[in-house]
Amino acid sequence: MLKITNLQKTFNPGTVNAKVALSGFDLTIEDGDFVTVIGGNGAGKSTMLNAICGVWRPDYGSIEIDGVDVTNMPEHKRAKFLGRVFQDPMKGTSPDMEIAENLSIAARRGTKRKLIWGCPRKERESYKALLAQLELGLENRLSTKVGLLSGGQRQAVTLLMATLRKPKLLLLDEHTAALDPKTAAKVLSITDKLVTENKLTTLMVTHNMYDAIKYGNRLIMLHEGRVVVDIKGEQKKSLTVEDLLALFEAGSGSKFASDKELLSK
Amino acid sequence: MAFLNALPGAVAEGLIWGLMAIGVYISYKILDIADLTVDGSICTGGCVFAVLLAAGMPVWLSVLIAFLAGALAGVITGLLHTALGIPSILAGILTQLLLYSVNLAILGGRSLVAIDPRANRLLLHMSNNPMAVVTAGLIIVATIVVLWLFFYTEVGLTLKSTGDNPDMSRAQGVNVKFNKVLGLAISNGIVALAGSLLAQYKGSANINDGRGAIVIGLAAIFIGLSVSMKIKPNFVVSLTGVIGGGVVYYIIYNFVILLGLKTDYLKMLSAIIVTLFLAVPYLKGEYFTKQKSILPAPTGEEEAGGEEHA
Repeated sequence: MLKITNLQKTFNPGTVNAKVALSGFDLTIEDGDFVTVIGGNGAGKSTMLNAICGVWRPDYGSIEIDGVDVTNMPEHKRAKFLGRVFQDPMKGTSPDMEIAENLSIAARRGTKRKLIWGCPRKERESYKALLAQLELGLENRLSTKVGLLSGGQRQAVTLLMATLRKPKLLLLDEHTAALDPKTAAKVLSITDKLVTENKLTTLMVTHNMYDAIKYGNRLIMLHEGRVVVDIKGEQKKSLTVEDLLALFEAGSGSKFASDKELLSK
Repeated sequence: MAFLNALPGAVAEGLIWGLMAIGVYISYKILDIADLTVDGSICTGGCVFAVLLAAGMPVWLSVLIAFLAGALAGVITGLLHTALGIPSILAGILTQLLLYSVNLAILGGRSLVAIDPRANRLLLHMSNNPMAVVTAGLIIVATIVVLWLFFYTEVGLTLKSTGDNPDMSRAQGVNVKFNKVLGLAISNGIVALAGSLLAQYKGSANINDGRGAIVIGLAAIFIGLSVSMKIKPNFVVSLTGVIGGGVVYYIIYNFVILLGLKTDYLKMLSAIIVTLFLAVPYLKGEYFTKQKSILPAPTGEEEAGGEEHA
């Protein structure tokens, strides 16, 4: 489904601030995989996601989604393959527009927008059932401006928008990090439900090792721009945080200063 | 009495500037771009109209081409911004500067081209103010209806989201760059349309028309929205408010002239009006809002409740 080959990216090249974010990054994800991604600050998690989304072009290497080389495809074009939820709850929705309008824009991701009615009545009605499954009481607030919702509600709506038109790949960039623990748990359970029901291939970056272990069928850990730990299937099911730390030390050749590096933001 | 006599003229002119302000509203409020192209494109609209009319073209066709010329100016600003990466405010300034030469060329090197209202069937002219008010009103209603319909289409909705949240728009497959160019084209098209009406109303196209237009447009927006946001913050009410803002602005303007202000100071007056409308809400929030106490004032009921717990 996703094939990243020898990806390289250096920020601010040729300056004192030059930072090698990815150096020969390889990753292949199979159809239907739910992969959780962890790693300390600067490990390359966000850089990896941004590369897949096309926020900038890599210096070297290639990215393939579902057999299509998207390495040089602009961000808005490759959006048709991708569902995205950002870390910042404000980023994924249009605040001055209604919930229904936001959903209708997402429902047309990857299609050519035409001069026809953008959010017909019938379609509006169909969003009620979708919003109801979030169990946040949003089904009766179709005309509410998204800007009036809480961070958790907005993130839930963004999740819905990312999956409304089934993406080839769902990208979650620490999408619960900015929420309070209770809301974060709620949004995570909605995530799990949507991913399982729609059998979505998913990459979920998280700062929380427990979540990384709890969710998904595969776990990768990044360090200095490459994958140092990769655990799948049965091995992942019986994984503990202690195992993970030991694997990290073996994989990266360095010791963890403390758990904080992984657990904190 | 003199003020009442000046009123129909002020309303007619205010309506035309209100139409221009709708163009500014699209760039400033919807796309979130402070587009300075309008100072040039409103003049372009007048120049194109006057020259085409003088060459014998029908009025409606001249107005249409004036609209397209303005739209083209918007496309230039849009491309400077999106394709060449120039900050939007600078892109607008560059196009505005460029348009001064273009407008001069359109006028054939003259600084003024007169339009004879007796020789041409104009849409509106200052010699018949009540009729001018009606015609300007009809054009405005038509413009608002078309825009209202447009902003509920698939394309229109993404144009709104482009200004509101470009990150979300890109993630949902919206071509943000294209939308910015499209929005600036529509915006400046409407501005040039207003320019062609203004030239008809005044009976001439002048190379200096439109200097400071952006300020008048913003004034109309701020005056209008300060009222319409209190009524109902939807699209049609906002646009109607902006038109009303244009009219109120011109009534104030005429009033101050009647008080005896020298016309040399009119631009300064525009700047002061806009400054006031920008500064007053800020100052109100900053200095004149009493801090609300964090805890609600105790009421009888709450006290009773407290006793129960005790």
